[in-house]
Amino acid sequence: MSRTLTDQPEMITASFKGLQGAFELDASFRLSASGVTALFGPSGCGKTSVLRCIAGLNQMKEGYFSLKGEVWQDGESFLPAHKRPVGYVFQEASLFPHLSVEQNLIYGQKRSRSAPAPDQTVLNQADVVELLGIGPLLRRSPNKLSGGERQRVAIGRALLSRPRILLMDEPMAALDRFSKNEILPYLERLHDELKIPMLYVSHDITEVERLADQMVLMEMGKVKAAGSLQTLLSDPSLSLSSMPEAASVLTGTLTAMDDAFGISTIVVSGQRFQIPGVKGPIGRSVRLRIEASDVALSRHMPEGTSSILNTPSVTIETIQSFGQHMTNVFLGLGEDLDRQTLIARISRKSLHALDLRVGDRLQAMIKSVSMVRDV
Amino acid sequence: MLEAITLTLELAITVTILLLLIGTPIAWWLARSKSWWKEVVGTLVSLPLVLPPTVLGFYLLLALGPNSLLGRSIASVIGHTLPFTFAGLVVASIIYSLPFMVQPVRNAFEAIGERPLEVASTLRASPLDCFFSVVLPLARPGLITGTILSFAHTVGEFGVVLMIGGNIPGETKVLSIAIYDYVETLEWNKAHILAGGMLVFSFLVIFSTTTIEKRLRRRMQ
Repeated sequence: MSRTLTDQPEMITASFKGLQGAFELDASFRLSASGVTALFGPSGCGKTSVLRCIAGLNQMKEGYFSLKGEVWQDGESFLPAHKRPVGYVFQEASLFPHLSVEQNLIYGQKRSRSAPAPDQTVLNQADVVELLGIGPLLRRSPNKLSGGERQRVAIGRALLSRPRILLMDEPMAALDRFSKNEILPYLERLHDELKIPMLYVSHDITEVERLADQMVLMEMGKVKAAGSLQTLLSDPSLSLSSMPEAASVLTGTLTAMDDAFGISTIVVSGQRFQIPGVKGPIGRSVRLRIEASDVALSRHMPEGTSSILNTPSVTIETIQSFGQHMTNVFLGLGEDLDRQTLIARISRKSLHALDLRVGDRLQAMIKSVSMVRDV
Repeated sequence: MLEAITLTLELAITVTILLLLIGTPIAWWLARSKSWWKEVVGTLVSLPLVLPPTVLGFYLLLALGPNSLLGRSIASVIGHTLPFTFAGLVVASIIYSLPFMVQPVRNAFEAIGERPLEVASTLRASPLDCFFSVVLPLARPGLITGTILSFAHTVGEFGVVLMIGGNIPGETKVLSIAIYDYVETLEWNKAHILAGGMLVFSFLVIFSTTTIEKRLRRRMQ
């Protein structure tokens, strides 16, 4: 297996195969070593096993891993966990209880001084403390922290160990809603401000839509698909579009702001979207999320005025029914290279009434668009 | 009387230090190993808990005496056989008190679990580094309990000492033997002083062990 995947300089190449108890893992993927890559799938599909294999915590019978051309594992050769430049954030923060927050932070830093970090800026303690907002916690003992605070310290500890890749195993799964909302902005800052590639295990698609650029879709120990987030979300052959909360993620550019109503104009594949509450400099890129069930279709421009602000023209790319009564219509937005895909979920009855066919040009009526984050 | 007290302390301190060095790796192996015969070793280590001290002393006397191969080879190295010497007492006491060190330390190691070791390894700590920077500090309550119990148990032993050490003043005549002696020779006053002292000592040992352990555990939770 390993031989069929050749190294490439800016890539993550991973391939693990073997038994773990009764569970069989057989996962291979190769993706760009930049941005956030989500390992997504239902509980027990092997996401965490893949992450542990990459960190060297598990060793499968057959394994291959390379990061930017540097091979950590190939057949018999296996770099032990403590020699791999990873930053690992476990589901529970797992801070050392016998050390203070500050001592926890520098534990890995002290041990990785010699490690070179050629292509990324080396983070010092002050940067990390600032980035994660943990300054006031430094002298405290880990058992005096809240769940969200502990996880931020754990992320900081991982960052300071000069990682060349960050591995996050559902860092928010053990947190309540409140702590999650507290920690998400920090994760987004990491994405925006660090050059270190991040692998992020999650079974929560909304988390993935907010954070990820690429995605590895896993099912029962196997990789079903790997690629850019947008491509996978809008791929009719994958299970993602039949989830109840299926949505499309679009990238657009902020072009105008109307202060009177607080409405901003964002251009997505040449089509104008009007969205309330988006701020920031003109020209910046933003990521939009549109739930499939918020999109309705019409053959004509709705007459007169309506409360719906966004009615882009679209072309039907694929029609896919699922279940007994529902249909997903995959719609092309914009032309050729700049094309992005929007998903509309309509009833089978409506599909029949409108007599929709692939290639038809329609108006989409979008009830709600949310900005997920900056890109 | 003073001679017996200093000899006892000397013996207990020597044995406790050696037990920390010998017992900790054994406890680590017992806590971590997945081999099927680890429980055989575990049982051997624990035997002194149930064996009558005289049985242990009897076998040690045979094994270390001039008629056994082991005894003769030790004699050829150090010039004399071990029974009825201070060194012989140390060896016997180590074996006799081993479970009192290994049991609590092993429990403490097992309570740490896998996670802190994995965390340390992802933070570039080698296994040895991890043992000293994470495992030992986290196992501190168990190490303290083991140390106190081994020390106290060595101070209090009688049967093994009698079998292998005899009753040589300044060499093998420890507290418990001295008390026995005083009673035999009807020196009740001296027996009272030593016995009362032991009573207070034992109370303090158990009391301090429990309080220290409780405090440490609370601090780490």
